[in-house]
Amino acid sequence: MVGAEFGFYIDPQRCIGCRACVASCGECGTHRGRPMIHLDEMDRFASTQTGPTVCMHCEDPICAQVCPADAIKRSEDGVVHAAQKPRCIACSNCELSCPFGVPIIFRGLEQMLKCDLCYDRTSVGHRPMCATVCPSQALLFVRHEELAGMRGNRPLREFEIGALRITTRNAVMVPDPEIPLNLDASLLCPEGGR
Amino acid sequence: MAHTPQTLSALRKQFGPHLNLAPPGGWTADPEPDRVVNTHCCFCGQQCGIKLKVKDNKVIGFDPWEDFPFNQGKLCPKGVKRYLQGNHPDRLVSAMKRTEAGFVPMDLEEAMARTTTEIQRVQAAHGKDSFAVLSGVSLTNEKSYLVGKFARLGLQTKNLDYNGRLCMVSAGAGNKKAFGLDRAANSWADIEGAEVIWVAGSNVAECSPITTDYIWRARDKGAKLIVVDPRITPLARTADLVLPLKPGTDSALTNGILHLLHKWNLIDWDFVNAHTNGFETALEVVKDCTPEWTSATTGIPVSAIEKAARMWGEAKTSFLLHARGIEHHSKGVENVLGCINMVLATGRIGRPNCGYATITGQGNGQGGREHGHKCDQLPGNRDISNPEHRAYICSVWGCTDEELPGVGQSAQEIMNAIHAGEIKGLLCLCFNPLVSLPDTTFTREALEKLEFFVVLDFFLSETAQHADIVLPSALHEEDEGTSTSAEGRVIKINKAVDAPGDARPDWQILVNLAHRLGRGKFFDHFTSPEIIFNELRVASKGGTADYAGISYEKIERQQGVFWPCPTEDHPGTPRLFEQGHFAHPDGKAKFIPTPWRPPMEVVDADYPIWLTTGRVIFHYLSGTQTRRIGFLVEQCPHPYVEIHPRLAERYGITEGDALEVTTRRGNLVLPAKVVTTIRPDTVFIPYHWPGKLSVNQLTARHLDPVSKIPEFKVSACRLRKVSKDQFPEELLELRRMADQASSNQPHLPEQVM
Repeated sequence: MVGAEFGFYIDPQRCIGCRACVASCGECGTHRGRPMIHLDEMDRFASTQTGPTVCMHCEDPICAQVCPADAIKRSEDGVVHAAQKPRCIACSNCELSCPFGVPIIFRGLEQMLKCDLCYDRTSVGHRPMCATVCPSQALLFVRHEELAGMRGNRPLREFEIGALRITTRNAVMVPDPEIPLNLDASLLCPEGGR
Repeated sequence: MAHTPQTLSALRKQFGPHLNLAPPGGWTADPEPDRVVNTHCCFCGQQCGIKLKVKDNKVIGFDPWEDFPFNQGKLCPKGVKRYLQGNHPDRLVSAMKRTEAGFVPMDLEEAMARTTTEIQRVQAAHGKDSFAVLSGVSLTNEKSYLVGKFARLGLQTKNLDYNGRLCMVSAGAGNKKAFGLDRAANSWADIEGAEVIWVAGSNVAECSPITTDYIWRARDKGAKLIVVDPRITPLARTADLVLPLKPGTDSALTNGILHLLHKWNLIDWDFVNAHTNGFETALEVVKDCTPEWTSATTGIPVSAIEKAARMWGEAKTSFLLHARGIEHHSKGVENVLGCINMVLATGRIGRPNCGYATITGQGNGQGGREHGHKCDQLPGNRDISNPEHRAYICSVWGCTDEELPGVGQSAQEIMNAIHAGEIKGLLCLCFNPLVSLPDTTFTREALEKLEFFVVLDFFLSETAQHADIVLPSALHEEDEGTSTSAEGRVIKINKAVDAPGDARPDWQILVNLAHRLGRGKFFDHFTSPEIIFNELRVASKGGTADYAGISYEKIERQQGVFWPCPTEDHPGTPRLFEQGHFAHPDGKAKFIPTPWRPPMEVVDADYPIWLTTGRVIFHYLSGTQTRRIGFLVEQCPHPYVEIHPRLAERYGITEGDALEVTTRRGNLVLPAKVVTTIRPDTVFIPYHWPGKLSVNQLTARHLDPVSKIPEFKVSACRLRKVSKDQFPEELLELRRMADQASSNQPHLPEQVM
């Protein structure tokens, strides 16, 4: 059970692309060697911006809706779980339908695995592994009421992706509009560095 | 003649680097540990707390140590995967000797006996100082202290130096000149409350990742961030002001800022008058450093320089951080002093939320530079040429002044002396100069001239491949001791597992060797790291780096102790220089003027492009450890050349093309990484790799006259597009290894059709 008072906040602006989240996710006792976090360079040509993608834990998860084997369950605490092994047929419906691109069908296991907010850690009072190690705390796991005192930017839990309107348990922090996504060093030099 | 006995490719096949991909027993083994050991990361100067999980005398994984105050569980990927350096197929578990057929295992006793006779032979033929020691500051304080004593009293040579010479010596020298003491002025806690944070020449996100969160916590409260770097690094991307200056122009910028602070009267005159000397002279030197001059010299706009001076000058509180980016220069000390002058002029030091620090790079970069590990130093950061300092250490060590050698040569100078045939024998530990010193071709030639070369290491590093004898040493997790973090916090490294086979902690090897050399009276009592530490405490007593009141028990109880800590009832000193009291005899800080001068090598018609070097987050120093860990190599298997698209276009280069980079020292061919995040007159190459992939084939042996640090950060180069079939075989091999590692891991998802 993950306490309802805790929120998981993702702030890509702070991400340094170090992949400590990916590295540590794969160290977990329940899915050894299989990290479930995606870490992408947005456009390395133009920026050092990187972005972590962890499961957003949708209120009405599309992965579960499209699962023909009814293998994906959402528990009362809002956590959407990995596909149940006896049921999962590794059909990839979840992988293809998730608007955030989270679920992964693992070779050999023939099973979809995804983030369960580190049940083994959060159930005994620890933070999820990725949010514990994240050096810049781009991945933050705190009590909801602590957030406002910690961060200036606003959490976002509602997304429109194509025709979908999605509400999630986890939140993305709205970036500061004054921080540009792309930077060209030549534009910071006199006469464009010529 | 210490040529490598086999081809490099044959050596790689036998000794690696191979990749360790999974914990002992594989990913399916039971992950439940027998016990968990609280200790610290073996890599950078932040020394993050980490818990190692141990089962059957093997480290099988990690857990975050959330209660440790500095990092509170945070770790970078190197820390997460560090445990994979243990139980590694490349691990040296017996002594090795070089034969015509290659390296073969030998009996440890025989190896120690032969090392002893060879040292005695070389010293008898060429004098005591003909045998040198090169060491490193990934060693604990105990080992660093012992190496200093071993060289001076065991080998009786003056020629001892260390790889801190490639790290933070410019900062150390600058700090001693300005403050009279060499340590970060504050614990990192003071970053969080600063109004302005100035980061000069530090890729914080990649080289000291946990510090990123301290800076963001300040920014959450409204702090402004200024980053000075020729590249827009991950932290710089979000900064309020980025100053992408030309390599080698840092002191021009700080002079220009001081000029404006004075012009706009943003000076804390009360502080300057009460607590400093030399301000007038410093001002005299910057009187012509107008924004226009500064802009023309540094290649950043007048408006940005003025904005920076305004932001810095008007703040009530601030923290200035710098690192190798300003220190790896032939004027590294001056660059450091330029930063310190900005801090002193505004009086923002020695108070809450007002701070200054170099971010020390190596694991024990701080402690390892304090206790006699350097060619001119004795424990407690004492001066080996100061008669009073010598007398005190002689009294602690029980030796006479005649028995204590004087000032020796610095690391690069030792290599130069080996090349010149003046030094004939070398003992090297915790140092991989063939990767980390500049001008690799020269270093290789030097190593090939040694009459006798012994290396202590846990893997057969590229340098160890030139040794006559290799003594197998212990990993960080196989021994205990203390280290001192970038903050000046002395912390405790705890032993998790025993060393395998004949591998021994370095201190045991050195104590044994000293005994065999007939110098046991100075060393035989060292039967544990704690006994060495307790002698270090006495030896440091009364010095600026005073550890006298620090004990193992106190470190554990307080979760670290900040030196100076002169007595057992003293809590330690997180913040230095309070009430404006500095460590010079008159209690004042010194402004040291930094008249502008260019770097030793500047661009010209033949070599028109600036080359600068640095690190990536996935590797540590010369890569001896991290190039053996699968996950880290998968993320960054080989070096590359960062180049701006405008410059790339001029040479017809697109992403991934083979780019030949040539300097007056040599050339290499690497793939181009075309990015807008670097100045268009500068290219960047990370340095962690050996041989044909080593950017140090290109860097110069130009040294700072005071700190003797090489100028890694500035070379002039030329570029040429070449065919991709000119990529070195090593590069293709690393790509294959990384690809293979990925496909062998269980983590890869099935291909989505």
